[in-house]
Amino acid sequence: MARPETEPTIGELLDRNGVSRRSFLKYCTAMASLLALPPIAARAMAAQLRAARRPSVIYLSFQECTGCLESFTRSFAPTIENMIFNVISLDCDDTLMAAAGAQAEKARAQAMEANYGKYLLVVDGAVPTADGGVYHCAAGRTGIDLLTDCAKGAAAIVAVGTCASFGGLPHADPNPTGARAISALVPGKPVINVSGCPPIPEVITGTFLQYVTTGRVPDLDEHLRPTVFYGNSIHNRCYRRPFYDRGEFAKTFDDEGARNGWCLYELGCKGPTTYNACATVKWNNAVSFPIQSGHPCLGCAEPEFWDRGSFYSPIPTARWGKAGEVSTAEAGTLAAGAALTGVAIGAGSVVLARRRISRLQRTPQSESETHNEE
Amino acid sequence: MDLVDFARGTALKIAFVVFFVGVLWRLVNVMLLRHRQMLSEPRRSVGAAVLGGLKGMGSRSWPHPEFIKRTVTGEALGYSYHIGLFIVILFFAPHIVFFGSFAGVRWPALPSSIITIFAVITLTLFVAVLSRRLGHPVLRRLSNFDDYFSWFIVALVLVTGLMATAHVGGPYQRILGLHILSFDLLLIWYPFGKLMHSFYIFPTRAIDGYLMTRKGAPS
Ligand code: SF4
Ligand code: SF4
Repeated sequence: MARPETEPTIGELLDRNGVSRRSFLKYCTAMASLLALPPIAARAMAAQLRAARRPSVIYLSFQECTGCLESFTRSFAPTIENMIFNVISLDCDDTLMAAAGAQAEKARAQAMEANYGKYLLVVDGAVPTADGGVYHCAAGRTGIDLLTDCAKGAAAIVAVGTCASFGGLPHADPNPTGARAISALVPGKPVINVSGCPPIPEVITGTFLQYVTTGRVPDLDEHLRPTVFYGNSIHNRCYRRPFYDRGEFAKTFDDEGARNGWCLYELGCKGPTTYNACATVKWNNAVSFPIQSGHPCLGCAEPEFWDRGSFYSPIPTARWGKAGEVSTAEAGTLAAGAALTGVAIGAGSVVLARRRISRLQRTPQSESETHNEE
Repeated sequence: MDLVDFARGTALKIAFVVFFVGVLWRLVNVMLLRHRQMLSEPRRSVGAAVLGGLKGMGSRSWPHPEFIKRTVTGEALGYSYHIGLFIVILFFAPHIVFFGSFAGVRWPALPSSIITIFAVITLTLFVAVLSRRLGHPVLRRLSNFDDYFSWFIVALVLVTGLMATAHVGGPYQRILGLHILSFDLLLIWYPFGKLMHSFYIFPTRAIDGYLMTRKGAPS
């Protein structure tokens, strides 16, 4: 992960840029709290970070909307400038770099060669695999070819956003381009998924920071997401939870309950099934998060969130209908059809049983039979 | 598709169909089968017998004073857990949303904490009921697979529901998926086991009451 020994350490770079030890420690304290570490860990973190060398980062974009990069550039702690200049060495990013075309390709090739086996590959967007991957081509290469090539020399891969992590919108039914998640395309490589549509900026930068500080892939959950940010559901940390527990729910977006800030469960909130840091880290420098603004969580950090019916239908909704939900008419028709079938089977079995009984009654030994038709 | 999607989608649809087919099948079956002929002279009018039938639904649902000492434990346990189950099933907000999603109506919920208390009490009573069945020599001999499996399936729904609300045993959606899946299983088993008693119990009591009255006996 570390850059060549000739490269200055992060501490040397900070000294060179005139960053005081005090402000660096303050920064590390903020980082430690973001990573849910005790304040005491800030010193150890500062020491580790100072001694580390900035990893080379190569950033690739596939089927995406650039929302993840937009989010990344809005990180307050650490800020994007701080991140790029002091913590990582962003050697290639088609959107942010000044170079374009052949120059950009060359910059990437150089960075890969100089840091082979050590660079961090950051990817946003899903990769189309249908029809030989023709749905994403740049510089005469398919996305799948580029990803495979860049993944070879990467120490680890960070999939930023739900598209890169799980396929996201491009992967939504019917997935015409055969879009796939990064983790499915780079066998054997350590992948860190930073899901969200987009992910919280501080969660993206925090994940990089955690990687640089510890020099290893952080603890991940079953969806390969850093547990420090994705270990808790939105619901478990939601400030509206007391309303949920009391059974106080907003029924519409402008009723008394909505105005009183009651729980948004019945309006389709996916907080209980969504693991992300929105309720704690929040957005826009911890100003707010969707639920605080009165909108239910869409579940954007979870796999297949586009394919789970309406964003506004509650979690425990029956889902076998065409539109994802079951309408009352549909349920009624199915129940009536099933009931009629039941009546037919029931009547049929009675006819058979009666025939059997009549047959038995005709035999001499059943003359004492006491069952007669009423 | 994850477990929750399967449980509230395909599995629920299958369970829904099996439930309605099964319930109607069995009800029609019982209704149309031959009945024992009433050989005695009718002592009371049909109208009086109908009233007797209605009375029978109530009187047969209450412990008989002569046997009360012997039956009170079982009946108290039975009534208590049935009440607990009804409260938990009908008044927990997510359940109302679930039933409301295809029934088209929603009704007021009870606070989750109250529901949790009822669920824990109901589960405790459930364990007591099973211990009684296992510890009672006569009851044990009378019990068959249906008794134990029906107990198990309802207890499974209760336990997974409690686990989901308490967020224990794994990620919420997995436990929620198991909870809904166990409910699907319950729906499938419903018409074919003793759970079907919920459909039989009042009609059979009414018929008994009707026949008794018609024969001149108290219902
Ligand atoms: S608003 Fe959503 S996340 Fe918050 S308590 Fe209600 S259901 Fe949970
Ligand atoms: S609240 Fe939910 S939908 Fe909104 S950003 Fe957070 S995880 Fe995504």
